Amino acid sequence: MNIAAKSYFRIGRSLKDRFHTSWMLVCLVLVLLLPFFLGFGLLIKSLVLLKEESIWQLLFSSKWHPLKGEFGFLPFIISSLWVTILSIFICGPICLFSAIHLTHYAKRWFLKFIHPVIDILAGIPSVIYGVWGVVIIVPLISKAGASFGHPNSGYTILTGAIVLSIMIIPFVLNILIEVIRAVPQGLVEASLSLGATKWETIKKVILRKAFPGIISAFGLGISRAFGETIAVLMVVGNVVKIPSGVFQAGYPLPALIANNYGEMLSIPLYDSALMFAALILFVVVTIFNLGSRYLILHAEKRI
Amino acid sequence: MIRDVIRKVEENFFRGVMFLSSSVIVIALLLIVVSILYKGLPSLSWKMIIETPKGGYYFGKEGGILNAIVGSLYLSLGATILSFIISLPLALYINVHQAKNGKLVNLVRFLLDLLWGIPSIVYGAFGFTIMIYFGLRTSLLAGIITVSLFIIPIMVRSMDEVFKTVHRGLLESAFSLGSTKSETAYKVVLRQCIPGVVTAILLAFGRAIGDAASVLFTAGYTDYIPTSLSQPTATLPLSIFFQLSSPIAEVQNRAYASAVVLTIIILVISIVSRLVSRKYNQERIK
Repeated sequence: MNIAAKSYFRIGRSLKDRFHTSWMLVCLVLVLLLPFFLGFGLLIKSLVLLKEESIWQLLFSSKWHPLKGEFGFLPFIISSLWVTILSIFICGPICLFSAIHLTHYAKRWFLKFIHPVIDILAGIPSVIYGVWGVVIIVPLISKAGASFGHPNSGYTILTGAIVLSIMIIPFVLNILIEVIRAVPQGLVEASLSLGATKWETIKKVILRKAFPGIISAFGLGISRAFGETIAVLMVVGNVVKIPSGVFQAGYPLPALIANNYGEMLSIPLYDSALMFAALILFVVVTIFNLGSRYLILHAEKRI
Repeated sequence: MIRDVIRKVEENFFRGVMFLSSSVIVIALLLIVVSILYKGLPSLSWKMIIETPKGGYYFGKEGGILNAIVGSLYLSLGATILSFIISLPLALYINVHQAKNGKLVNLVRFLLDLLWGIPSIVYGAFGFTIMIYFGLRTSLLAGIITVSLFIIPIMVRSMDEVFKTVHRGLLESAFSLGSTKSETAYKVVLRQCIPGVVTAILLAFGRAIGDAASVLFTAGYTDYIPTSLSQPTATLPLSIFFQLSSPIAEVQNRAYASAVVLTIIILVISIVSRLVSRKYNQERIK
């Protein structure tokens, strides 16, 4: 190869490098800006409504009459809270016990078997969970409600919470497993060598040490559950009313957005109201995410 | 003595509770898969898979869900390709070019985790606002853009997890042999991690095909197979959702059958990605 060809080759290479690097930078900037775009886009859209009514009025009024221009989000917020909190109460203990089991007790054959199970559960689309809820959980709750003296259609807050809790199990479980694995082995061995049983070690060393991590795993679970749409929408009943018990129908925020997307352009302010609902979701989920991640980072530093 | 007995009993009790919790998870999966198959298989037929809906399909007449199957595949494929073009360079960039810039890398990872946590309905609403802003109508293209926004964080983070494991020494030796950073990224690091990248793509594809909330606003719904990017498209999750809300038993049965189709697609994706990572992990330079 003569010198000219060589230097041409070199220029070609550095050009290529520059091209790739600049495209990478474009991608970086795009993704870094995306969360802000998301927030701003929704905010701008909801400003139309926010100019008309005060934010407190919107958040704490329960009058929902889009045709009359009354937008009170309280029933939806309360429903969302019910479903989310209930689901974390159902799935929390299951995930915690199972995470301890998988990290400290389970035999190898069981691990080999359960890891694909968790992966598949994580991959099942939410609409399938919804179908499952309609087929299995709805009749079950209807019967259970009747025998407890709360006759209902089966499409209730509790149904939504059960379906949701199964959905977020793989998510919460994976984080919990990581959190518990992160507890230094030395501490565990020290406790065992002092004569503590395995369970005592778990209770007094591992759970205590992993406590912030466990809380943040639940926090992340809450943020996941809060925004889940289709599966909940299919089983929760969708009645605009502040629910007063678990055997009543509810209408969570994501369901509100999903159910009304068709008619929102025909009623003034309605699309702005739905975008405001999306903004609430965005803000709540982000706060829970930030809080949980902060807790994890903080705890890591302390260990 | 008694204390020891109590300790033993407590230990065994909680061991039982823990095993039970793990079993609940396994049983839940079995219950989901079995009940979907049990409900859906009887009404699943070839006709459903190879025909588009005919007139009166949603009242129990002839037809199938080919429009939704093909629509979903188009949409997820498009979204996967679009997000791949953005995700791969970004994941390589933070692991090769900026590998020493810990602060930036952590910031990017943090933001990506944040984005991953944002519910798909919010992406849907956001996609809808963009769509209106640019004067687009519900279409395959709008759906693809929205879904790819939604799967980019998933794809980047899963690729990132793989690239992270590449040994620093490998980077250093590639640099010292005179290769540029991009060459190192695409010819050394990427080649090392092909199976991981494939798994990440499959994971994102699975998410794309299964998500309903983000396409609800943007992709629309139609009985026909889209022939261009500007046409609306049906998707499988939405088709299940719509058919299930029908009061007619026959249409509901079709919803169950469609659910079987979607479940099978997801299971196949999951199995393939497992096989890929198992087969190629043996060929890695450790």
